[in-house]
Amino acid sequence: MAMKDVPDNIFMTTLDAAASWARSNSLWPMPFATACCGIELMATASSRFDLARFGAEVMRFSPRQCDLMIVAGRVVMKMLPVLQRIWLQMPEPKWCISMGACACTGGVFDTYAVVQGVDRFIPVDLYVPGCPPRPEQLMAGIIALQDKIKHGGTLNGTEFAKRTQPMGPTPYDLDELIRIREANEQLVSLN
Amino acid sequence: MSTEDALKSKFADAGLAFSQFRDNRRIVVPAQSLQPLLACLKQDLGFDFLAEITAVDYLEYEGATDRFGVVYVVVNTKTGERLVIKTFVNDPDPVLPSMCSLWKAADWLEREVYDMFGIKFSGHPDLRRILTPDEFSAYPLRKDYPLKGRGERHNFPVITRADG
Repeated sequence: MAMKDVPDNIFMTTLDAAASWARSNSLWPMPFATACCGIELMATASSRFDLARFGAEVMRFSPRQCDLMIVAGRVVMKMLPVLQRIWLQMPEPKWCISMGACACTGGVFDTYAVVQGVDRFIPVDLYVPGCPPRPEQLMAGIIALQDKIKHGGTLNGTEFAKRTQPMGPTPYDLDELIRIREANEQLVSLN
Repeated sequence: MSTEDALKSKFADAGLAFSQFRDNRRIVVPAQSLQPLLACLKQDLGFDFLAEITAVDYLEYEGATDRFGVVYVVVNTKTGERLVIKTFVNDPDPVLPSMCSLWKAADWLEREVYDMFGIKFSGHPDLRRILTPDEFSAYPLRKDYPLKGRGERHNFPVITRADG
């Protein structure tokens, strides 16, 4: 069938592109808001900035209904198992935005209790810098993620299956390994 | 009679040290007199509100003779009086009597001091950690604990896309 015989109300695409187009314009965010970034996240979703213009206003507090996790704020060691569990409960395909300096790197909180970047322990697709980022920055991030989904997404999510290696930094920093070794040596010498 | 005078007459030979800076009235008390002093403040002198219990680690502090200072702040809600009571405990086994029988508020405050400094409170009904995870073994506000911890913050499994 030649192209000239196709009626006007028919258009052709690939299933991958159609699925990615639909997914990218209906992201349902899971707001994992633990600190001041959460306030900016709320502002982004409300009327002045209106995240609904990009199809991502349906915040759901059940991870089973979400496909975009927005980690907004610092994550402490007591919270990280919760974060990981919520991430595992979200259905595929799913994406993760690490919002703000604390979620990306720990920010100014370089202490015993704060995880130095959630990307050490869960996969992160997109980082939004800022302390906290302005709503425009978060929206730019969401638009960039939509772009990423449109240009790399597949119907059955094969692009995720390839990402079996952790993509963040290694869990322990060098100075941390030294302190762990010293603590163990102390224990050995005490016993 | 002011609170200080009442305490001076009642605990004449207990070794109390009184001081004041502006409206901050402080009493340093030896650990063995802490329980009777606080009981007197609660029952006889009307200090019905325990506002705060906290601690200070004086490790390597210039001129300090004791390891830990434990600070109680009590308030008389009728008169608005506020008193700071401080006592000292030492390694290897810092223990103080629990004040839960006097003020219910002491429950969580003492658990927090125990969690952060490892100071035990004898007679406490439920002395567990309150802020850090149960499996945490260090006392993070002690001065000999490194600021960045001993790797506890990163002791977790790494989840990749393959895990779901």
